[in-house]
Parts: sequence; C-alpha cells; structure tokens
Amino acid sequence: MIRAVLLLLALMLPLSTTGWAVDPGEALTDQGLEERARNLSQGLRCLVCQNQSIDDSDAPLARDLRLLVRERISAGDSDVEVIDFIVARYGEFVLLKPRFNTQTYLLWGIPIIVLLIGGLIVFFNIRKTPLAERPEALSEAEKLRLAEIVNDREA
Amino acid sequence: MIAELGHFALVLALVVALIQAGAPLVGGLFNPSLMRLAVPAARLQLGLLSLSFLALTYAFAVSDFSLSLVVANSHSAKPLLYKITGAWGNHEGSMLLWTLILAFFGGAVAFFGQNLPDSLRARVLGVQGLIGVSFILFLLLTSNPFLRLDPAPFDGNGLNPILQDPALAFHPPFLYGGYVGFSIAFSFAVAALLEGKVDAAWARWVRPWTLAAWCSLTLGIAMGSWWAYYELGWGGWWFWDPVENASLMPWLLGTALLHSAIVVEKRGALKRWTLLLSIFTFGLSLIGTFLVRSGVLTSVHAFAVDPERGIAILGILTFFVAGALLLYALRAPNLKVEGIFAPVSRETALIVNNLLLTAATVTVFVGTLYPLALDALNGAKISVGAPFYNLTFVPIIVPLLLLVPLGPLLGWKRADALGASQRLFAAGLAALIVGTSVAVWRAGGPWGAPLGIALGVWLLVGGFADMAYRIRLFRGASLMEALRKAHFLPRSIWGMTIAHAGIGIMVIGIVGISSWRVERIEAIGPGDVLQIEDYTLTFLNVGSYNGPNFTAERGEVRVEKNGREIGIMRPEKRFYKVSSMPTTEAAIYTTGIEDIYIVLGDATGTGTWTFRAYVNPFAPWIWIGAVIMVAGGIVSLSDRRYRVGAPVRAKAVEETAEGIGA
Repeated sequence: MIRAVLLLLALMLPLSTTGWAVDPGEALTDQGLEERARNLSQGLRCLVCQNQSIDDSDAPLARDLRLLVRERISAGDSDVEVIDFIVARYGEFVLLKPRFNTQTYLLWGIPIIVLLIGGLIVFFNIRKTPLAERPEALSEAEKLRLAEIVNDREA
Repeated sequence: MIAELGHFALVLALVVALIQAGAPLVGGLFNPSLMRLAVPAARLQLGLLSLSFLALTYAFAVSDFSLSLVVANSHSAKPLLYKITGAWGNHEGSMLLWTLILAFFGGAVAFFGQNLPDSLRARVLGVQGLIGVSFILFLLLTSNPFLRLDPAPFDGNGLNPILQDPALAFHPPFLYGGYVGFSIAFSFAVAALLEGKVDAAWARWVRPWTLAAWCSLTLGIAMGSWWAYYELGWGGWWFWDPVENASLMPWLLGTALLHSAIVVEKRGALKRWTLLLSIFTFGLSLIGTFLVRSGVLTSVHAFAVDPERGIAILGILTFFVAGALLLYALRAPNLKVEGIFAPVSRETALIVNNLLLTAATVTVFVGTLYPLALDALNGAKISVGAPFYNLTFVPIIVPLLLLVPLGPLLGWKRADALGASQRLFAAGLAALIVGTSVAVWRAGGPWGAPLGIALGVWLLVGGFADMAYRIRLFRGASLMEALRKAHFLPRSIWGMTIAHAGIGIMVIGIVGISSWRVERIEAIGPGDVLQIEDYTLTFLNVGSYNGPNFTAERGEVRVEKNGREIGIMRPEKRFYKVSSMPTTEAAIYTTGIEDIYIVLGDATGTGTWTFRAYVNPFAPWIWIGAVIMVAGGIVSLSDRRYRVGAPVRAKAVEETAEGIGA
C-alpha cells in the first residue's frame, strides 16, 4: 500500500529539468523545501548500506526513504516532525547522529571525558617537575660558545 | 600436489614458530645459548610461509578447482591478475597473507637487525614467533586454505566483482603490512619489558619498523578510500564505516607512537607511555582484524560470517594484550624516569600531540563499538555516522592540526614560544591571505570552508618554516648557501617536513570536496548537453561490450571547457555474470585541481539515461596528500641514523651534532 502511494507520489512529482536532485523526478519543485529534504536526507541512514546516508545511496530502500522525507515535507511537517515520523517507523537505527539520551550519554560523553582526564594528567605531570630541576635556558656565554662550535663544524 | 606442499609447509611453519617462540622466551631462562635459535628460526619461518603462500597463489593462478577455497572464490573466466589477487580476496587466503607478513617482519629483524643486542633481538623474535604460533594455529584449525574437494567441480563460483579492481586487489596487502607491521613495535615493547631496559637505542630501533608499518597502513587506507571514491558511484570517500574505522584506529595510535618514540630517542622521557602505545597500537590492529574477520559487522569485507573464528581471534587478542599489560604492570614501575623538561618545550608539544591523537582514537573506538555493545546489552539498535564524528572527532583533530607547524619549532627541554610563533609569521600571513581570498571568491558557500582552506595553507607553509629557519633562508644566508644547507639536513627533517605538508594538502582536498562539490543529475539522451560549472558535457551515445567475465554498458561523453574539447569520458555499468552482480564504474577526469566525475545511471526507457555529473574541487588532493605523507615517511626511513644503528661512544661528536640538528 505504502509503496503504491509512494509510486503514485513519485509519478505526480513534476520532472525537474534544473537538476539539483538525487534522481531526476525525485526533487521537489520548491528549492527551499528541496534543500531541507537534502539536509535531512544526509542525516538518515540507508538501512541496507554501509553507514551511507540515504542521500548517498542508490539502493531502492534509500530511494523510498528519500521520497518519504519529501512527502512529509510537502505535507507541511517541520524538520523535527519529519525525523520523528521516520524514527517512529524505522527506529533510532535510521539516525546517523544518535540522539542524546540515557542510552547514548556514554557515547557522547566518553570523548570529552578522555580529553579532560588526559589533559589533567598531562597538566599535573608537567607541573610536577620541581622548578629547581627545570632546565635553564642557555646563558649568553653558552649561546656564544654553541655558535662557535656550529660555525667551526660548518667551516 | 603443490597444494599439499603448501599445506605441509604451513604445518612445518607452526613447528618452527614454536621453536622461534620457545627457545628464546622459555629455553633462554635455562640455557642462554638456546636464544641463538631465534634468528635461524625466524628466517626459516619466512621461507616456509612464503612457500605456503606461493602454493596457494599457484592454485589460484591455475584455477585448481580441487581446492574448495579456489572453487568458492575463483572462476576460470577471470583475468589472470584477479585470479592471483583472488588468493587473498577471501578469509582463509587473507589470513595466510596476514601470517606471511608477520613472518616477513620477523625475518626482516633476523636479516637486518645485526646491530641489535643479541638478547633483545632474540626476545623480539620470540614474541613475534608466539604471535605466529597463534595465527598459524588459527589457520590450521578454523580457516585452512588447503582443504581439498572431491570430486572437483568444473568451474568455480567466482570472486566478488567488487574485489576485481586494481585498488581493492592491492588494498589488503598494504593494510596488512601496516596492521602486522605494528606487531614489531609490540614485540619490541614486550622484549624491552622482559629485558627491563628502555633507552634511546631501543627507541631508535623501534622507530624505523613502526615507520615502515605506518607508511604501508597509510597507503592501504588511502587506496581503500580512493576505491570507495571511484567505485561506489557517489563520490563519497569516507563513510565512517566500522571497517574503515578499524583501519583508522591503529593508524591514529600508530601516528602517536611515531611521535612519542622520538621523545624516548632524543630525551629518554615518555618511556612507559611509548611502551603502552606499542601494545595498544598492535591491540587495535588485532581488534581491526577481529572486527573485519569475525562477521560482527555485516559488510563486503566480512567474507566469513562465522562466530567461531571471531571468538578465536578475540582469544588471541585477549591473550596478547592482557599478557603484555600484565607484564607492563609488573615491570614498568622499575623503568627509570628521565628527561626533565619545562612546560613549554618540544616534549610538551609531542605530549599534546599524543593526547589529542589518543582522544581521537578513543572517539573512533567508542563510535565504532558502542552500537555493538548497546545491541548486546539491551538489543537497542543505533547508528553512528558522519554527523557524530563531525561533532566529536573533528573538534579534537583540528587543534592538533593547528599545532603541527609549531611543534618542530619548539626546542627540546625548554623552548621560546614567542620566538617559535614569530617564525610562523609567514605561514600565518599566507593562511590569512588565502583564507580571506577564498571567503570573498566563494562568498555564500559554507562558512567553515575558508577556515579549512586557511588551515591547509597554514600546515603546508608552516611545515617549511622549521626548515627555512634551519637553512637560514631569508636570514642572511644566500640562496645557494641555504640550498646547500638544505641538502645536508638530516633526512628525518626532510621526511617530517614533507609528511606535514602532505597533511596540509589532504586537508585542502577534504575541505574542497566537502564544501564546494557541485552536482547535476538529469535524464538525457544522445546529443543532449549538460552544463556543470565551466564544463559542457555532451552525451554522445551508449554502447555495450563484453569484458572477460562481465558485460557492460558504456556511455561516451564529450567534455568541453569554455568551448575547447578536453576529452572523452566513458562511464560504465558492468554486470558480472557468475555472481550476477552489477557494479558502476564512474568516469573521472582530473585536472589536478578538481575532478569531473560522471556516473551512468539507468535507462529511463524513453531513450534517455540518468546521468550524475559532479565537479569535486580539490578532491584529488586527498590522495595526493596521502601519497606525499607516505613519501615523507620513506624519506625519513632513509635517514642515516637508522642505518648506522645505535650511537656508540666513539661517535660522540657526531651524535652531539645530530642532537642539535634533529
């Protein structure tokens, strides 16, 4: 049934001659709406592909989803409503950017935590070196002597 | 008969690997002279595994359909090249290749490691042998490539058409060269822990091997990405697919290892951290092998969806990583801490490099494995794709890239940050000018694009700031004198400069294709014209032809720029009969600055075909940058100090000079 509706919809969509679409005939005539559809498509996963977005895939299922996105947009849905609609049907799996919720706190948090903890460890370890033991910069006399050595070798 | 020979050589290799591992690691405890067995064993091991692999390759080349592996993965109609590469285009064969490369690195240490202390060399080879034992056992018990089939069928089932491609045919050997090459760093780390000694000499030995592995891995990843670009038909070059991530993780950590080993060599600091990095880099290589080989991820790469094999690799992984970490916990606290340095110094810069690279690795690791873990935990299925990494990985990597030109300008122990920054004035100015020009030229494009290009220019020009300073260019030295100085700079400096410039080129490529790709998709018939940017594409016709094992439809498109013809492009759609799989072969015309990329779509039935045409600005620079990075690695590898080996006291003067130079 859905397929029949989609097919009908696809046929009803006017042929685009200006391009800027994923398949000729898929695009919405309204450039603004089409751009929204493209943006949304890039965040939705083609369910049968290797981590490709539906915008990037030529699988038939990806095409179905692209048309569904456009159908919802044409029906006046906001971006959030479109995404909610698709997630309600296909599950969170369809989102290439996982939502921030109890299931994904760790996923989003770990990179930040590692960076913070690592940064603190580095910071305190570098500061731990007692000031007295820190190497001094070369004195002027030493610099002169070094320059002499270098020039000697180069000459 | 030949196959039996290969099979027999594989079993013999197991016995030799047992000796290679047992003699130095266990026997050495009772009778030190037993340790000398390691070197001949490693050589013999390499010989036997080469023989075994050659036997398998021969079976594939002559289409010996009495081997069940050949039946499953080959076909008599295939071109000879793909018959041969088919030897590793399957699970069993690729694991044999894995083991062969392992033996190759062991053999290389046996042949070229004369300047290593005998006991260290023996222990390195021992650990290498132990890894060999586990993988040969894995081959013989779960993935034997030499099993016969009786009666033999008349023909095979063909090879996945996707693998019948030059880039993908040679992508696994290079990738494995990297994965397995890191085993040497691991073996060196474990041997050092057994010896209880990590010093500058150790770092000097471990670095070239790591560098060689890194070059191979870089090339392997670049090939895979290039393949994705031209073969998947959409011009995408990186999908953050778990299989890609599996190769990226050891690359990131291996890059960190390359940098931290410098600190150990020059300053004796970061010893423990470098050991840990060696262990984890190889651990990630094993995880990569596990992810790809176990079928945990469904993918074109997972020829074997076989949980038993996965568990076996997981067991090997656990044994080696846990064993090494246990050894680390026992022995590392005894390592002497050396190398005091001030907060602003080359040491700190390299530590920050390591921190960011490690955080980036962890990010990719979490992004790759989190969905699997969550699924196992409560059955919830989520995806982690490009938008996630854009928000996590990119903010970690960009600061790292910003700091790349600064690091080499900072002195060891204590540095003059202000002075170093002043030397980057030219690079900063160049980045500013180019960034601003881009912002004006491409006004209305993504706001991040000019910043990204500026970053690339910063890396490209900044990479040379250090060299310009060393040769006193624009600082009193005449051009000839500066060139003469440049000629005598250590190769490692050249290598670093080239590799860092390569990153800059790659960044520009990535930013270009991500920000400014132009796309036209239309259904057109013969004679119709498609205008894209400055290019006029005239669709001439579609013909069909027969390849060796496929049929193809091939379109002809004339490309004109500003009315002048620059070439004919021929995008194809192929259909492989044996495996009844279609593939798309995009036509790519590159100007060196941008690619014109055309894909032939389906016939619409009304005399027109769907055409997808793209202009991908700077796209080729992604792979040019990668190749330049590899070139930098190779130049650095040719540095004299790796050939002369560890410094000895008599050469103290020379060593001092190098210490200042590098």
